[in-house]
Amino acid sequence: MRIRLFKEFIIEKLIFLSGIASILFVILIFVFLLKEGLSFFKEINLFKFISGKHWYPISEPEQFGILPMILGSLLVTLGAIIFAVPLSIGAAFYISEVAPGKIKDILKAGIEMLAAIPSVVLGFIGMITLVPLVKNVLHLPTGLTAFSGSIMLGLMSMPTIISISEDAINAVPKSYKEGALALGATRWQAMYRVTIYAALPGIIAASMLGIGRVIGETMAVMMITGNAAVIPHTFFQPVRTLTATIAAEMGETVYGSMHYYSLFAIGIILFIITFIINITADMVLHRKHK
Amino acid sequence: MQDNTVADKIPNPETRNSDKISIRNLNIWFGRVQALKNLNLLVQSNEILSVIGPASSGKTSFLRQINRLNELEVNCRVKGEILLDKKNIQELRCEILRKRVGMIFALPQVLPLSIYDNIAYGPRMHGITDKNYLDNIIEQSLTASFIWDEVKDRLNESALKLSGGQQQRLCISRTLAVKPEVILFDEPCSGLDPISTAKVEESMLKLKKDYTIVLVTNNVKQAARVGDRTAFFLMGELIEIDKTDKIFTAPGDKRTDDYIRGKFG
Repeated sequence: MRIRLFKEFIIEKLIFLSGIASILFVILIFVFLLKEGLSFFKEINLFKFISGKHWYPISEPEQFGILPMILGSLLVTLGAIIFAVPLSIGAAFYISEVAPGKIKDILKAGIEMLAAIPSVVLGFIGMITLVPLVKNVLHLPTGLTAFSGSIMLGLMSMPTIISISEDAINAVPKSYKEGALALGATRWQAMYRVTIYAALPGIIAASMLGIGRVIGETMAVMMITGNAAVIPHTFFQPVRTLTATIAAEMGETVYGSMHYYSLFAIGIILFIITFIINITADMVLHRKHK
Repeated sequence: MQDNTVADKIPNPETRNSDKISIRNLNIWFGRVQALKNLNLLVQSNEILSVIGPASSGKTSFLRQINRLNELEVNCRVKGEILLDKKNIQELRCEILRKRVGMIFALPQVLPLSIYDNIAYGPRMHGITDKNYLDNIIEQSLTASFIWDEVKDRLNESALKLSGGQQQRLCISRTLAVKPEVILFDEPCSGLDPISTAKVEESMLKLKKDYTIVLVTNNVKQAARVGDRTAFFLMGELIEIDKTDKIFTAPGDKRTDDYIRGKFG
């Protein structure tokens, strides 16, 4: 009897520890990020950091302005959204409402495969196929542009958006659709006026999570967007994103230098952006359940 | 041909001319399960035909075949034919058929829109945009389902705020707004309290002046209250169809009698 109670106690505590671990890690990461990054803001004004137009972290005098990277990230993300969201929603509708059984299974498996491809592989493929294509078709001096990055990132965010949107569409009660059909709606009318309407919160949340993935993505953008830290004026010129800056420069900084801390400061900014996106997605999803 | 078709002995010569729907040798399968076996049945204009029977007796499959909702099921197979005004429904376009044959579901299918937009949904879908005309249709259909007085001052409020019974009558209005000829009721009161049920039944009785009604119900007493004729289904077969009085006082088949008395089902 006593042994059984003791076992129970141990197991309970172990499960508790596993549950608490993820939260603990998040808190530790955040604390570490703040500790390394905040000392940077003692030297450099936050506003100057965000709005500065020049990024020369190791020249004399050094300049830390991340506006080009923020704009680069936003531009690439915006392009990816424009490309991926409509396509993904269309795909989700096709899979859940139109596709016959076999095709549905094949498509679902395909989308899971797409999600499983490592981003560096996608980046590599993009570099040797998409980049020359963009260069030749659009007659640009280089194919390493925000546009190419957007297409590649859009592709990477599609599995997330498709599978979550599809769940949302499937969760719409069958009776809604039947109600519309029974009034003489065509299949498209029922889909357009009822199903989309009812699934909208889920679809929006799916898109937000997709966007979150795009902003945080590093490897592929670093390989494809050209990494020029200048303020972009069009879609068709090289840009550099926040993530790529950290990844590219972290290996070359001197530990404890201003440059080193500045990269952590970028990390904080990035963290805040993705945090806001996730919270928004969460709130939209939550509203649906009310 | 079947010699046991009950349909043959019902209509007398003058009612035969007003056959609204005739069902001939209808068989329905879902996968390997046969839901309906060789059904022959006539529905007359401006009558309420109640259909009763225990679970999986095929009554809902029968109802959903009249407006071809069964087609939504992937594994559904149908043999036989249904004629609406002597025209095979398979030759009509689904949208046209369903506009002519409206359906009320067990649970009210209120859309998360205002009361006005719920009713206007159908007509708008069929291309009507004229505001005055829509206003008219909405008042007419709400009046016809006896809910106009309860909602006329709050047409712009969300329809989700209405009570269950009001929602169901709203759904009836919504169906009326596309001007159908036949209305199918699929256990319309299964989720309603007795007072709301009475109101829905009252509207059905008044609606039969202008519409043909087929009512599938699990509530035997409801069939007795509103049905002009009653059909009893069992295991996918039509056991008996006759005047409601006859079915409830002197049914021709022992199984009908047993079901009505609550011995099974």
